[in-house]
Amino acid sequence: MNAGRGAMHINSTEIVDTFAEAFAMRAARVIITADTDHWVTTAAQSMTGFATSVIGCKCEAAIERRIPPADTPDGRPGASVLLFAFDADGVGKRLVERIGQCVMTCPTTACFNGLDAQETVVVGGKLRFFGDGHQIAKRLAGRRFWRVPVMDGEFLVEDRFGVQPAVGGGNILILGDTVETALEAATAAVAAMREVPDVILPFPDGVVRSGSKVGSRYKALAASTNEAYCPTLSGAVPSTVLPAGVGCVLEIVIDGLDLNAVEEATRCGIRAAARNGILQITAGNYGGKLGQYQIHLHRALKDRP
Amino acid sequence: MSLKLSLRVTPDVPLETECISTDRLAGLNPRAVAALPVLSGNQNACVGDFFQVTGANDGEIRMEGDLRRVKLIGAGMVAGRMVIDGNVGQHLGIGMAGGEIVVNGDAGDWVGPEMSGGRIIVKGNAGHMVGSAYRGSRIGMRGGEIIVFGNAGNEIGNSMRNGLIAIGGNGGDFTGVNMLAGTVVIIGRSGGRAGAGMKRGSIVVMEESPLLPTFMFSCAYRPVYLRLYLLHLRRLGLPVSDAQITGRYRRWCGDNVFLNRGEVLILDR
Repeated sequence: MNAGRGAMHINSTEIVDTFAEAFAMRAARVIITADTDHWVTTAAQSMTGFATSVIGCKCEAAIERRIPPADTPDGRPGASVLLFAFDADGVGKRLVERIGQCVMTCPTTACFNGLDAQETVVVGGKLRFFGDGHQIAKRLAGRRFWRVPVMDGEFLVEDRFGVQPAVGGGNILILGDTVETALEAATAAVAAMREVPDVILPFPDGVVRSGSKVGSRYKALAASTNEAYCPTLSGAVPSTVLPAGVGCVLEIVIDGLDLNAVEEATRCGIRAAARNGILQITAGNYGGKLGQYQIHLHRALKDRP
Repeated sequence: MSLKLSLRVTPDVPLETECISTDRLAGLNPRAVAALPVLSGNQNACVGDFFQVTGANDGEIRMEGDLRRVKLIGAGMVAGRMVIDGNVGQHLGIGMAGGEIVVNGDAGDWVGPEMSGGRIIVKGNAGHMVGSAYRGSRIGMRGGEIIVFGNAGNEIGNSMRNGLIAIGGNGGDFTGVNMLAGTVVIIGRSGGRAGAGMKRGSIVVMEESPLLPTFMFSCAYRPVYLRLYLLHLRRLGLPVSDAQITGRYRRWCGDNVFLNRGEVLILDR
């Protein structure tokens, strides 16, 4: 890594001296278990579908990690899902919707709170009404659960889920010479970032190609394509920021339970993505005017080994 | 350093020691503890007449000796820990709301009657009426945990409304009689008339046990919630096998002469 006079390079990739602008959000962690890995995956993928952007989907969610049976509350295979929304009320509503429609419906599953937080939202306490009076409450070690009778036995869901302050919208932009190179680098970055605990990458397999800017010439749209990063427009729009030779830009959006986790994921992603054919790695921001957090790329790389 | 009460005079008649619990002895030196009043039969006495008191109360009290005639230890306890090396008498932890009592021995009748929180662990056997309501009372155990490693007598969890009672061995007759809610797990078998009059709640037994004709069979399945309970009990040291954790249980609903919302789960072998 070379750094000096504002320039920093990893291999031949320039790391732009800029920052990602991130937002204060609220997050919950959901532990999903089932009889087999297959149904854990199915339930977790179903629950985190259509949850890429809080603007369009009301929440952002993804699978955080797999959990071996020895570490789950009921000793079965499991996965943890992180779900982010702008406030605790939003988190609660989305949890009720998504656990109710995507996890409870999935054979053999159960659903537990995975966050020890002071602030909580009622989830199982609302889903229990599906039991139509046949639901049963159980309390063990200070935690309350609901047994909801369903057609394969019972759906077990925890009464309340913890909600904590979180950071959403961290990001890096990978500028490559071709789609193939950029995709290879983004895939490597996603793999490295997923090793970091307490973060998720909410877009499809962690990668987004349709980066957006605020507003549009069409009044009905709150956001529209970010032409400054569209390679096909680099010769047409004066606002382009793409250096010559860039043929593809891919973005990775990072949501984390705290700023430290987002910075660590940023660092891991940049290091994994930097390689021949990646001309620049930069980040998206709004001039620091919208988000509560700034993740400076150079600082993230310098402050951490 | 814990406060230690060593029995030096074995009582001839039941000794009622309602004052001995971690929170009631908080801040008292051994001399002050020794001066506390107890009831020996129908005679007034003091702790020091029967116990040698040493150490200081740092939130833990240790008792030792043959305490089979010593009653009401840990009554109304709300915090702290008591460890009893030896057998203990009736009414252990009556009305307890918090903290932990560990008995390295047997316990008499009425372990944790009407308790609402905390945990009682009996490493040996327990008598009748574990976690029960007193006669004439409508509600028994309201919360907390009672773990008995050995066998227990009749009327385990009589009228209990919440909490967990686990018996490592066998239970006597009328387990969960008049139960309102809560969970009773018996690693062995229960005696006759389990769940008689129960409205809600769960009675789980691992060995074939007699059932009243007022319980109706539903199905055999693997209750996920039970895995949580059994894993919890295994962590506390009860001999819970993998087969019991992952096994199928036959669900019997009852008591249908009452609300019919309770269940008896019997491990399907």
